[in-house]
Amino acid sequence: MSVIPADSASLPAAQGAPATKVRGYWGSVWNRLRYDYVTLFCLGLIIVIILLAVFAPWLSPMDPEKSSMANRLRPIGYKKYLLGTDEQGRDMVSRLLWGGRVSLMMGILPVVFATLVGGMFGVVAGYYGGKVNMVIMRTMDIFFAFPSVLLAVAIAGSLGGGIGNQMLTLTVVLIPPICRVAETATSQVRALDFVDAARASGASTISILFSHVLINVLSPVLVYSSTLVSISIILASGLSFLGLGVSPPTADWGLMLSTLRQSIYVQPIVTALPGIAILITSIAFNLVSDGLRQAMDVKA
Amino acid sequence: MWLYALRRLLLTIPILLGVTIICFALVKLAPGDPIQNLVRPETPPEEVAKLRAYYGLDQPVVIQYFVWLWRVLCGDLGRSIANNALVSEEVVRAFLNTLNIALISVVIAFVASMALGIIAATRQGGAVDKLVTAIAVFGISVPTFWLAVVLVIFFAVNLNWLPATGMGADGSHGFNYFDWNDFKFAVMPIIALALPPLGIMTRTTRSALSEVLNQDFIQTLRAKGLSEGRIIVHAVRNIMPGATAMLGLQLGYLIGGSVLVETVFTWPGTGFLLNKAILTRDIPLLQGTILVLATVFVLINLVVDLAQSMIDPRIKRI
Amino acid sequence: MTLVTETAIDAAADPRDRGGPAQPMLIVENIKKYFPIRAGLLNRKVAEVKAVDDISFYVMKGETLGIVGESGCGKSTLARLLMYLIERDEGNLVLDGDLVGEKSGVPIDALRRSLQMVFQDSYSSLNPRLPIEQSIAYGPKVQGIKPKKAKEQAQDLLGKVGLRPNLFSQRYPHELSGGQKQRVNIARALALDPRLLILDEAVSALDKSVEAQVLNLLSELKEQLNLTYIFISHDLHVVQYISDRVLVMYLGQVVEIGPVDKLYSNPKHPYTQALLACRLSMDPDERVDAAPLAGDPPNPVNPPSGCRFHTRCPHAEDICMAKAPALGDVLKATPDQHLAACHMAQAGSGHSKAPATLAELFNI
Repeated sequence: MSVIPADSASLPAAQGAPATKVRGYWGSVWNRLRYDYVTLFCLGLIIVIILLAVFAPWLSPMDPEKSSMANRLRPIGYKKYLLGTDEQGRDMVSRLLWGGRVSLMMGILPVVFATLVGGMFGVVAGYYGGKVNMVIMRTMDIFFAFPSVLLAVAIAGSLGGGIGNQMLTLTVVLIPPICRVAETATSQVRALDFVDAARASGASTISILFSHVLINVLSPVLVYSSTLVSISIILASGLSFLGLGVSPPTADWGLMLSTLRQSIYVQPIVTALPGIAILITSIAFNLVSDGLRQAMDVKA
Repeated sequence: MWLYALRRLLLTIPILLGVTIICFALVKLAPGDPIQNLVRPETPPEEVAKLRAYYGLDQPVVIQYFVWLWRVLCGDLGRSIANNALVSEEVVRAFLNTLNIALISVVIAFVASMALGIIAATRQGGAVDKLVTAIAVFGISVPTFWLAVVLVIFFAVNLNWLPATGMGADGSHGFNYFDWNDFKFAVMPIIALALPPLGIMTRTTRSALSEVLNQDFIQTLRAKGLSEGRIIVHAVRNIMPGATAMLGLQLGYLIGGSVLVETVFTWPGTGFLLNKAILTRDIPLLQGTILVLATVFVLINLVVDLAQSMIDPRIKRI
Repeated sequence: MTLVTETAIDAAADPRDRGGPAQPMLIVENIKKYFPIRAGLLNRKVAEVKAVDDISFYVMKGETLGIVGESGCGKSTLARLLMYLIERDEGNLVLDGDLVGEKSGVPIDALRRSLQMVFQDSYSSLNPRLPIEQSIAYGPKVQGIKPKKAKEQAQDLLGKVGLRPNLFSQRYPHELSGGQKQRVNIARALALDPRLLILDEAVSALDKSVEAQVLNLLSELKEQLNLTYIFISHDLHVVQYISDRVLVMYLGQVVEIGPVDKLYSNPKHPYTQALLACRLSMDPDERVDAAPLAGDPPNPVNPPSGCRFHTRCPHAEDICMAKAPALGDVLKATPDQHLAACHMAQAGSGHSKAPATLAELFNI
């Protein structure tokens, strides 16, 4: 055959390839992230916020729930009150630190739970397809018939307030979108030849799911979930604002904003503080997940 | 085309049924005896028994659901616990108030986001692009109720330009959107509602437009000697189907998600109604309002899909 | 081109051999796969794509069977049916004399160890998140081989396919060229020590020079490892180079089958003739200007009546529209027999160009 060079067999394809340092997927993600200063800054900010919340018991100068009738609604910088006091004379610094614990927990935990549950349903629906897919995804469609705020208000409104109910509500609200992303990613991976190659080698479905599918579905799902943290924080503080979260006197950014609202004419700046805390946290999470998504968007 | 429309219409029915199931389940979710959740505490026992039979609460759950569904289909959403008023009437009145400000907000947000998106996409990487992106991130990240409070601090407390809350002396009856004395009450709710969709739509417009601008046919247009302005018109026309779909969706989100903003401004819409229902644990009112809002959201989605399939030839019309 | 009978005798030395040299490696009996098309309001089945419509053939031990046809003729579906990657509607597989089946005969797991496949798209056929060594070792691990042993084997195989293990084993697919990826794919298929390799367009996406390297590698491996190949391709040059026998598919059916030199030198079916005429000749003077095969293949949902090729056939007559020509009993034919499903090739078919029957010859 004239198309085949006679000596081609002796030419190893390897020869031309440079001996580059082999870097895994996460290595290349980090390499991109390293030069994305906005994302790095926000990542640092999130770490600081988390540390502040974790160490709130040691960092807060006063008892966040101890009220003082004499020192109600003091302005920023009044005596020992660095950020003033609220309508019951409680120290704002302490309350913001403690409130951060609840708010961060409400941003992160429901997303974690929803990722586990929604991700599982999505992967199962995407991998098996057919009737299984139809049952799962059509059920999710029903939840998509509610705007997320409305669904949260509906469930929390019926269940009533309390931290457990709030957590449950947010998890339920976040499951359908995560499920949909996981389903799409899985069915795309499912169609690729390496899954068929694995099946052809006699691997069981469970083995294929864990060795081949999950590893490829994980990063899109995690990136998507990370965008939901900020949404979860805002939703949670919204629910608390409506009285559907922690019960007073526990500090929570949303609830603080709600109770301080009455004092808007007296201390407008202090009133705005919990909201600024929510805003900063939410922006930081949003930008980090944006940066993460760009860094993880690996084109081969 | 018509087959697609019919199919899409038929697909809506199971979704709506699902919505009613969830709304029905809300009463069951609420702690306590369901009938006690549905009536005032001081209702005499014989009245309670009558209502129990009326709602079929002595029957199995499935029967209860169908009894309830039948009443809903007949337009009976029950009575509010707080004031014994018909829930359906309360919801309809409130819904119109919400619809008005939501419509204005979404139109403002749409126009502004198109403008910002075009500006940013045509100056990718520049300072203006960064500014627009910052605005978008702010809009997406901001908690609306906090924004509402800040607006009140600025415009009502500090500047005293606008009224802080309410709908004016006449309430919703004589409210005239074309009269400044009435409309000034709506200004802050509209701004607070418009910012999140503004952020989301700006970001989407910018990325969709920059994607189109990087496509080969744009190079062809440039090579043909078309002016940059005409090229942008071309590109914008390409993203219009997606943008209008987004507009519809955001309207749906605003109508369903106005509870926080309306609470801050005590704007007597469905959101405020929901807040009232939560505070007084008025489950029938909560259930009825959510059912109506979810149904409206489903219908908006339906209209958006149908409209999009008509505008965008790429959507399959089997 | 090795002679079929010779290689068959070589194969007898293989300890895995059960049926003896005369027993084909794989017999495919009347295999069928129709895909339903759903449409309309209620998503009812409105039609079927007859992707593989009653195909029978066999592959002798040590031989390379080429399968050619235009895109969409069902070649890949056939490959996936043989691998049990999609459920067939009808038909049987006989592996070295034993019926493959869920209930009796050779279990599907054993079939998978004996039968492996190299996929067409070298990009999507390797898991992007696994180092290639792990992709290769995965199959043996699944089959119960100790991870350490599987790893050593994988390194070994990398060497066999021409990739230096110490340089390549930890690389990810996106760090490899197309040819290198296809070498990894071959190594992965070989990891289970198969006897029959299905190569589905395995070299079609590669540059010509790389394609030649991979083809030579395949030839070497075949001899070293005593393999049998089913080589699926739309490239007639490549098929001619590598195959002992060739099977031509058109719209889900076999239209011609025979030894490669007979089929290439004397194609009997007008479709095969047209395909061969489509090849670019190396001699510029012999190049044809007119496209011998006009138009697209017909829709496999509603294949033409009678002979499926009659809509594009220059020799079509009434009989072709009325009656489907039979290929003859492929499974009873010897490997050197040349069969074609065309009325022109069959005496007494009623086609004006058919060879005369005995009765006609003697004017009875």
